[in-house]
Formats: sequence, C-alpha cells, structure tokens
Amino acid sequence: MRVIKVDELKKAVSGICRSAHYDFDVDLLSLLLVYRERENNEIASDILGIIIENIRLAKESSIPLCQDTGIGIFFVEKGEEVFIEGGSLKQTIIESMAQVYREESLRKSIVSDPLYERLNTGNNLPPVIHWEEVPGDRIKITFLPKGAGAENMSQLRMFNPLATREEIINFIVETVSLAGGNACPPLIIGVGIGGTFDYAPLLAKKALLKPLKALSESTDRSSVDNIERSSTKQSLRERTDKSGEQRNREFWLEMERATLARVNELGIGPLGLGGKTTALQVSIETYPCHIASLPVAVNLQCHSHRFQSIII
Amino acid sequence: MKVIRIDLPLHDDVIQSLKAGDKVLFSGTIYTARDKAHELLVKDIGSGKSLPFVIKQAVLYYTGPIVSDRTGRIISAGPTTSARMDTYTEQLLAAGVRGMIGKGYRSREVIEAIRKYRAIYFSTIGGAGVYLAKRIKAHRLVAFEELGVEAVYELQVEEFPCYVTIDSKGHGIFDNNY
Repeated sequence: MRVIKVDELKKAVSGICRSAHYDFDVDLLSLLLVYRERENNEIASDILGIIIENIRLAKESSIPLCQDTGIGIFFVEKGEEVFIEGGSLKQTIIESMAQVYREESLRKSIVSDPLYERLNTGNNLPPVIHWEEVPGDRIKITFLPKGAGAENMSQLRMFNPLATREEIINFIVETVSLAGGNACPPLIIGVGIGGTFDYAPLLAKKALLKPLKALSESTDRSSVDNIERSSTKQSLRERTDKSGEQRNREFWLEMERATLARVNELGIGPLGLGGKTTALQVSIETYPCHIASLPVAVNLQCHSHRFQSIII
Repeated sequence: MKVIRIDLPLHDDVIQSLKAGDKVLFSGTIYTARDKAHELLVKDIGSGKSLPFVIKQAVLYYTGPIVSDRTGRIISAGPTTSARMDTYTEQLLAAGVRGMIGKGYRSREVIEAIRKYRAIYFSTIGGAGVYLAKRIKAHRLVAFEELGVEAVYELQVEEFPCYVTIDSKGHGIFDNNY
C-alpha cells in the first residue's frame, strides 16, 4: 500500500483547479492561429483574432478567459494500492475546488436544485466526479471546468445497431448545425460510441480530453504507416492480429477526419456568423455494446477548452 | 466589413441604417440582463411597476460577468446564449428596449418582433471575456442584487465590439441559419 497524505492531495487538486483557468493549451492556440490563416471570411477572421488576443490577455493578467468558469467536472483514476491518510479523497477534492473558486474570483454558477427555486449555492459546489479504480499505486485526477453554452447543445441518440458510419456522421454534423453560434464555435467535438444510454455520454466527455491533433496530422498518414512497418518482424499470426487492430484504429481516425471535414463545410464559423472554422477537432471514444444497441453521444466543447491533469 | 462607431443611446435612425454583417463599436451606457432578470423585468412591466432603469431605447447585454472580489471591477464578461431570453424578448421590446447583445440564434417570434419594433440584435464574441471586460470602463448595480451574477448592472462601455446579426428589417447575417 502506498500512503498519500491528505495535504499533498489538497495541494495537487488546488493546483489543477487554478491552472485550468489560466494556463491555456498551447496546441489549441496554435490550431486557432492556423485556422485564422486559412479563413477567408472577413468577420470570421476578425473574431478569431479577438479570441486569440483574449487568450493572451487572460494569461498575462491571470483572469479567466471566459466569465463562465463552469461546473467542475473531475475524472479520478485511483490506484488499488493507494491509501489516503488523514481524510477522505472525495471531501478533499470538493473542498479544494471550493477554496480555489472562492480565492480566485471565479464565477459561482451552480444552483442547488435544478427546478425548485434554483438558488445559487454560492461556492460552485457540488462538482460532478467520475470514479474509476485502476491497478497500481498512483492517483490521476483531471479537472475540466465546463461552461453551459456548449454543454446545452450536446446530444445523445440510440441508433439502430445496423446504422452506417454515414448515418452517425450525419447525426454529429446535425448536432453541430443545430447548435450554431450557441455553443461558441470553433468547437472541440467529443463523440462517444457504444456502451449504454448512460455510458456513451461519459465516453464523449472523455474524448474531449484526448490530445489535439495539429492540422497536418488530420491528413497525414505517416504515423499509421510507421506502426505498420514496425510490425513486419513479428510472426504471421501476430501480424494478422496486429493488422486487425491497426485497421480498427485507422477506421476511427478516418472517421474523425471525415467528420471534421463535413462539420467545417457547414459554414457556421466562429460565433455562428459564417466561415469555415466551425470545429478544430473531432475525437471519438468507443466501447463494446449490446447486440441490439448502438448509442452515440456528442458532447460539444467551446473554444475556451480548459482542463488540467495531475498524477500523484 | 463596415466598422461603425456608435455613441449610445441608440437612436432610431442609427438602428435603421445598420445592416446585418456590419461591425459596430459602442460607447456609452448598456444594461446587463440574463435569465432570471428577464423574468423579473417582465413581471414588473406586467404589474405596472416602475422599472429600475430607463428602458426606452435601452440596449441589453446578455451576460453574467465576473466581478473581482479584490478590486470590485468587472474582469471577465462575455455573452451568454441569447435563445434562452426569447420568451421574454417581445415584451421587453414592446416596453422600449431597442438593442440586444448576445450570442447565437433567435426564434422566429423574436425575429418578427425585431421587425415589428424596428429593434436590432447583435452578437459579440463568446468566450472573449477578458477582451470585452477591458472595454467596460465602469459599472453600477441597478437591480436584483439578490440574483448575484444575474443582477442587472449599468455598464459604461468604450468601443465595445459587436456584429449586427439581425437588423431592423429582420434580415439575418445568415438567413439560412436564423
């Protein structure tokens, strides 16, 4: 058993809750710059310029880049061999987040009851926490503060299991189209395919945490070729298995690429005022499912895409 | 893209000269109002109560800003989704509101009401909270303090950027989408 003291945990959680708001992902910034170069719509280019300038201003002055500092979402992967000394893991996460929201002038956006009175809790509590027990003696905690604009335009559909790849792409494109400017494009699009009615949306949310691909990678096949070359030394049987896995991976990468291309043909653009920059990335997570099921969830994320992870 | 500097209040002739797709830079007074404030304002209008600010020719900004605990200033203030205000919009336009600033699309009913009252709808940059807050030079709480982030504030803005999204004739920047 590895012992982790509650104070260490507290420091780690506070750290990611703070930095998620101020340390903007440089890959996302580069993508915005590249897309701005490609944009030939004058309004779209003007808006992207302001979004980029806003990122600079936020970092420079340690001010949240968007006033919607979100509902706190945590993904906790707790090693089976970890013991927390001096307090509870859940309570520590909750209290550390509340402390950061209090100290950092982050907006408190949570109401205590979804329908009855809707009174603000005043401390941004409670967060939503997803738990997973994993082998090992570490804890990985990810903090994703999520604004409501994009979350509200997300969708789930239970497909017929014989639905085609095209029908699923159409559903994703339709979701983005219905969202228009409401979701604050350019978007990051998380898609969860498989699992169950409850699990597909979680997969979609997890997909938002995947690393961003540079624009060239969306069309570059060399990384796929490299993996294929490295497998030629293995036995025939291994090679056959590998190529099945490889084909599977290629299928999903290709579907991400095709979906992104379709979304950017919609012409929605930044703020929904036109242009070809509607999304910067489509990421898909999958899971096995029932013979009679094919759930598909689309979780939209705005360009103020903020999250931080730490491994303790 | 035409860029037009406008001093507020918003006069009828200025509203009618603006076209979907124009960029404007506002200087002067605007008022924040979002979900709950809309409900309360419409309730006050219905019961004939006097309103907390002059609603004639007013420009509303759909936002819930961050006010710094340390400095008391607004530090981040981007727009929220306008569609949530759609059910209350016609009553506010009938009471005198002429400009609305937010993000995203509006309902058919709102577009019709914009045409009827010769009002105008602008988008500003969702997510650009810091950039926009730097153009808010002063603020004053005018109503519904108990709503916290949803209270109504009077803002003094300088060169606050917006894009005409639905003009007074009901034309949208993106007629297919709106």
